Amino acid sequence: MGDFAIRAEGLAKQYRIGQMHSSVDTLRDHVVHSLRNLRSERRPRETIWALDGVSFEAREGEALGIIGRNGAGKTTLLRLLSRITEPTKGYADVRGRVGSLLEVGTGFHAELTGRENIFLNGAILGMRRAEIVRKYDEIVEFAGVETFIDTPVKRYSSGMFVRLAFSVAAHLEPEILIVDEVLSVGDAEFQKRCLGKMESFGRSGRTVLFVSHSMPIVARLCPRLLLLDRGRLVADGPAESVIGQYLHGEHGTATRQEWSDPATAPGDEYVRLRSARVVDASGATSDVVDVADEVGIEIGFDLLKSDLAVFPWIDIYSEGGQHVFSAMDTDPVWQEQREPGRYVSTAWIPDHLLNDGTLHVTVSVKSPLLGRKPWRHAEVESALTFQVVEQSEGATARGHFAGRIGGPVRPLLRWTTRSGSTADEPLVAHPSGE
Amino acid sequence: MSVLGEALGRRVPDPARRVRRIEPTRRRLPLTLHDLRELWTYHELLFFLVWRDVKVKYKQTAIGASWAILVPFTQMVLFTVIFNRALHVKSEYHVPYPLFSYTALLPWMYFQSCLGASSMSIVGNQNLITKVWFPRLLIPLAAVFAPVLDFLLAFCVLVGMFVWYGRTPHWHAVVIPVFLLLALLTAFGVGLWLSALNVRYRDIPYALPFLTQIWFFGTPVLWGITAVKPSTQRLLGLNPMTGVIDGFRWSVLGRGLPHYTLYAESLGIGLVILISGLWYFRRVERYFADLI
Repeated sequence: MGDFAIRAEGLAKQYRIGQMHSSVDTLRDHVVHSLRNLRSERRPRETIWALDGVSFEAREGEALGIIGRNGAGKTTLLRLLSRITEPTKGYADVRGRVGSLLEVGTGFHAELTGRENIFLNGAILGMRRAEIVRKYDEIVEFAGVETFIDTPVKRYSSGMFVRLAFSVAAHLEPEILIVDEVLSVGDAEFQKRCLGKMESFGRSGRTVLFVSHSMPIVARLCPRLLLLDRGRLVADGPAESVIGQYLHGEHGTATRQEWSDPATAPGDEYVRLRSARVVDASGATSDVVDVADEVGIEIGFDLLKSDLAVFPWIDIYSEGGQHVFSAMDTDPVWQEQREPGRYVSTAWIPDHLLNDGTLHVTVSVKSPLLGRKPWRHAEVESALTFQVVEQSEGATARGHFAGRIGGPVRPLLRWTTRSGSTADEPLVAHPSGE
Repeated sequence: MSVLGEALGRRVPDPARRVRRIEPTRRRLPLTLHDLRELWTYHELLFFLVWRDVKVKYKQTAIGASWAILVPFTQMVLFTVIFNRALHVKSEYHVPYPLFSYTALLPWMYFQSCLGASSMSIVGNQNLITKVWFPRLLIPLAAVFAPVLDFLLAFCVLVGMFVWYGRTPHWHAVVIPVFLLLALLTAFGVGLWLSALNVRYRDIPYALPFLTQIWFFGTPVLWGITAVKPSTQRLLGLNPMTGVIDGFRWSVLGRGLPHYTLYAESLGIGLVILISGLWYFRRVERYFADLI
């Protein structure tokens, strides 16, 4: 242990523009191009660096996540490390066998049966025949396709296909596993098993390199993350801080906003918003919070006149724009008119309430209008963004479920159950007085 | 390093500990010893690729593998009617013309299907090329192994024809595999060129029918090598398939003398194509995933 598994030094990959995707040039194009080049002086073709001098080291047994926007170079990096394509500059030393899983079901043939595809796909992924024979029963069982194993996979439902394909890949045992966004397929129950498999893979001392767009899954599997942006490595560190940095760059919003000039700060002649922050229980600004932790939304504002009652207000939206909830400070003091001055209020969102994912916060300061919607003095839409992740080992509302849990909230509820024989136990409990 | 290896004071390469450097290639040789070792570790994949191609080839066809027999047999009948009966092309050594043309059609059809399969092999397997690494040479290699099965099926017809004409095979027949190997080698060499070129220039599928047609007429399939002057024979030897087909005929029919210089010439040219094909293929294979 302690040795490196992957050591990349200045890895770079250059593409000619237009080469990245389809480049069906014909011989004629080539000839014409060459002739043209003979006459005019040779013009360098336009190129881009899909990956530009990336250096990092992964230790043996480490689970390393790679995040970044589309086109940041994540897939290019994985392709280089899997030897699918060659770097233009730089090098990477890789210790041990590499298994790459850039797609589920690579090399599956629709006409072949499930059994035949297990062998074909296993061989393509680098397994030996004897190894496949040994794990065959396990693979079939994991996929849960026993009854259809001799049916051509073209008759499989897409769910069955994915389960079988992932199952083969999950039984690959290389020293280094490279995975690109494949856990996003399949149903929740199957995803749970896949995640479990990935976690046990990490525990067995193997190195995992994992690309995903799903921050909750990345945070769950990988304690350390690399953040790529336009081919460059811009961050390398603990998951929480890197995700924070990513979200900061991604949305142009932050976990902290300040309006230093009172004249231009959002608001009207009554109220000016001056600051907004996402804070953890200790009061420190926080990008990423665990589902098991309380999170605070802090709003700082200046009250300029005392002839109206005002109160702070927040709205939480999910990444997809779904309104999760609104909340206002219901303390009776806000029903009175208050002295002009600086007020800093914090709304505490309880632990075990929010589901994991990205959340946007709209902050505002309002006044009650009798019988009508409150009057907004100041409002900043999506002023703050933060990420709820799940890294805690303790009891959460997840229980033993491992897949994505739907819905914007995931409260940890108190459950009670009565039980008895079917005859005695009434379906609806009656008050004892009846 | 394993404990045993340490005890013996010798490095035992443990695949789990071996460090591989991924960097831009600066390769001089088309195939190093290391490449060959790597190819060997993937020999099972070669088997599976061939097996897949064989298995899938006649799926969902009504008459299945019968095609492998039907096509060369019909060709033989057609050639006999047109060239022998109508145009009076003669066979060599008084061998019945159907037998004469069929012995040549066997290796030729094999060669032709190899070219067709290998030219499309890399592009056709792009889902593999862009998603997983393995020695790329396996793909055109599999393309020349899969048609061997068709060849063997068609060969059964040849045995039937021997019975029909009341012939017994000559002892020369033991060298049949040698000429099949020469055909495979040539097909692999040409296939390397075609498969790699097709990644960049998608003209290949259009050019290939011309190429095979011209090649067919320049190869003694319908006629015998003895029908031309010795100087022309030498020229024809530049076509490696001439050696393959003449040698195949000689070993199957057991008539005439072996044209050793012709075979040597064909082998030489075949090797030149193979080595240059390897050189080109290895030079461009690292761009396959980027270009496809």
